[in-house]
Amino acid sequence: MGIVKKLTAKSWSAENSASDDQHLSAISPHSSKIGLRLFLAIVTSLFFLVVAAYKMRMDLADWVPMPEPDLLWYNTVILIASSLAMEWARRAARRGQAQTVKLGMMIGGLLAITFLVGQLVAWQEMANLGFYASSNPANSFFYMITGIHGLHILGGVIAWTRSMARIGRGDDEDKIKLGVDLCATYWHFLLLVWLVMFALMIST
Amino acid sequence: MDYVAPAEVEDLELHDPDTFITKYVWSQDHKVIAVQYSIIAIAVGLVALVLSGLMRLQLGFPGMFEFINPATYLQFVTMHGMIMVIYLLTALFLGGFGNYLIPLMCGARDMVFPYMNMLSVWVYLLSVIILMASFFVPGGPTGAGWTLYPPQAILQGTPGSDWGIILMLVSLVVFIVAFTMGGLNYVTTVLQARTRGMTLMRMPLSVWGIFIATILGLLAFPALFVSGIMMLLDRVIGTSFFMPVIISLGQQLDYGGGSPILFQHLFWFFGHPEVYIVALPAFGIVSDLLSVHARRHIFGYRMMVWAIVIIGGLSFVVWAHHMYVSGMNPWFGFFFATTTLIIAVPTALKVYNWTLTLWKANINFTLPMLFAIGFIVTFVNGGITGLFLGNVVVDVPLSDTMFVVAHFHMVMGVAPLLVIFGAIYHWYPLVTGRMLHEGMGKFHFWVTFLGTYAIYFPMHYLGFVGVPRRYYDYEGIEFIPQSARDLNSAITIAALIVGVVQLLFIYNMIWSYFKGKKSGPNPWKAASLEWQTPQTPPVHGNWGPNLPLVYRWAYDYAVPGAKDDFCPQNQPRSADAGSSAMVAGSAPSAEDN
Repeated sequence: MGIVKKLTAKSWSAENSASDDQHLSAISPHSSKIGLRLFLAIVTSLFFLVVAAYKMRMDLADWVPMPEPDLLWYNTVILIASSLAMEWARRAARRGQAQTVKLGMMIGGLLAITFLVGQLVAWQEMANLGFYASSNPANSFFYMITGIHGLHILGGVIAWTRSMARIGRGDDEDKIKLGVDLCATYWHFLLLVWLVMFALMIST
Repeated sequence: MDYVAPAEVEDLELHDPDTFITKYVWSQDHKVIAVQYSIIAIAVGLVALVLSGLMRLQLGFPGMFEFINPATYLQFVTMHGMIMVIYLLTALFLGGFGNYLIPLMCGARDMVFPYMNMLSVWVYLLSVIILMASFFVPGGPTGAGWTLYPPQAILQGTPGSDWGIILMLVSLVVFIVAFTMGGLNYVTTVLQARTRGMTLMRMPLSVWGIFIATILGLLAFPALFVSGIMMLLDRVIGTSFFMPVIISLGQQLDYGGGSPILFQHLFWFFGHPEVYIVALPAFGIVSDLLSVHARRHIFGYRMMVWAIVIIGGLSFVVWAHHMYVSGMNPWFGFFFATTTLIIAVPTALKVYNWTLTLWKANINFTLPMLFAIGFIVTFVNGGITGLFLGNVVVDVPLSDTMFVVAHFHMVMGVAPLLVIFGAIYHWYPLVTGRMLHEGMGKFHFWVTFLGTYAIYFPMHYLGFVGVPRRYYDYEGIEFIPQSARDLNSAITIAALIVGVVQLLFIYNMIWSYFKGKKSGPNPWKAASLEWQTPQTPPVHGNWGPNLPLVYRWAYDYAVPGAKDDFCPQNQPRSADAGSSAMVAGSAPSAEDN
């Protein structure tokens, strides 16, 4: 039933009541998936506002574009690889290949941790070059955006360790599949966010 | 239509509490969490109530109280505003009522993520503790005004610029984390966990209001989150997101180039939806109170739902009407004035529908009904002054006067609070199994209702005279006549009386918990699902062995031939007096009584 039809239903009349009586709110997709999608909508709102603030602040006179260290390119490649590994694990989970799931998840998670370390090294490099957070708004945004994004990755890594523990215990297959699926969705989303943020920073 | 056997519904895995700690402290039961949320919110609200009393003492009787100096006065203003808007109203409506009502009204056993729900209330408590801690740090809480505008919010000279502002920003960020965890639950539960037969358009309007308000909150709070983080960075590590070049006390500060207006945009992109985060649950709940206590279906149910959704959408495109005096482009102001006035259309529609619900209804002047009617009147009064302020040319001279204070207290302070009171009188029997004391309640209503008019009506006149808001003292301001000062004293007396009577309400809640009249199941004869649980108050898991099945909307009142004049939502249609013709008696097109 389409959303328009749902929202125009005359719930007071007996007209469609028989079919309405059979109505069940969706059992599938799983509530966790709905919850995650909602959360991604919130994160989208967050980063959208960051971009809006970036654009507004950029137009002011004191903005000095910041050089991006090459390391960021390598980090980007690592994050892409991490996301691909997660996707590999997700597809393996659908086919029921437990070993591949484990391997893909392991690679994906470790690459994400590598990305985080890489971002910290990038901070170090920037600071060594004298680009401190407070010296220019472009730098401030760089640190803030990478910081917020990194914290979201970190949250993902925490969820990932729980999924890994589940795989390690040899938990129920459906639960493992769900966990892998949620991880992969979140990883792809954060990759997308990073690509947009990175594009924003190198284009200005 | 023949009876069709119910489909198998997979049951939720419930976390069963067995010890006192898991039952009442680290509880994952939505009902316990709701009560925890409500108690914390009401407790912190009492702090804000005391602060408003102190503010009024200074305004009504300037200079008589030595412990109130300009710095403490501004701290009272700031903390009063922030606590009332965020830590009381938002938390109580969504964390309190949302938690209690959504699973019960949708026919679920609990929220879909009970563990996250439990985390939500404890993180909320943490944010409250952080905020309250700012009363005890050197320099005290921030006095920047609840809008926390930079640059003054973080500069030396503003009260609490050492620690207060940092604690305030950290507390807000923590609150947003708590709200997000709760909010994900409320929305997902409404989408996923409704029982069989509970279509979207069979949901009570309370659920609709809370549902849409939560979505607004989830999308709007990130703006406060971002601006909070940015201001924290400005304050702590010296970035210049918002801070322009500043000479303070003869010295140029290290800041430069930032935009205070950028903060205002971010803040109000959150701040305006926040008004509706508070108002939409109030709209929803008051619709249900009116319907139950007037024994009549809500007039124009579909329109009411659509209006809630449309108001929610529009609330994201009106934010800059809080910034008419910030020097914006006139076309910009024109745009926001237009959207602001448009939002009055669905809102007025709701007011008409409430009054039309009462038309020819069987109005029972119970306590919830008194508060609901009080809400309609107050909301209309406050809303109409909003039309004044929504126009740029009218707003500019009235900006930052007491007129604005009167407007927003009427429309988003008193009006939602009246709904909260009405809702507590209405659902207290469900939560505790006992009725609140009627006499104390009536006294509470009349003093609160008339008292708030004694406070806020004269304030409009003060605003017209030009009395500015946020001023510690009006001494030596020549254009403010003596009569305005006398009026201020009168307002203070009214405010103190209203404040004290709220303590009677608290007393009533405690007294009735032990000594109140036993309510029995469904004392108001309400049709919605939360009153149809096997036990009153509902036990853990809510529904006994089987989930309820829903056969109708929540407003089948005054049904001819029905037992007790109404049909609960879980009563099959074939059971109402045996004929479908009788069912039509409840339709809006049919005549009533």
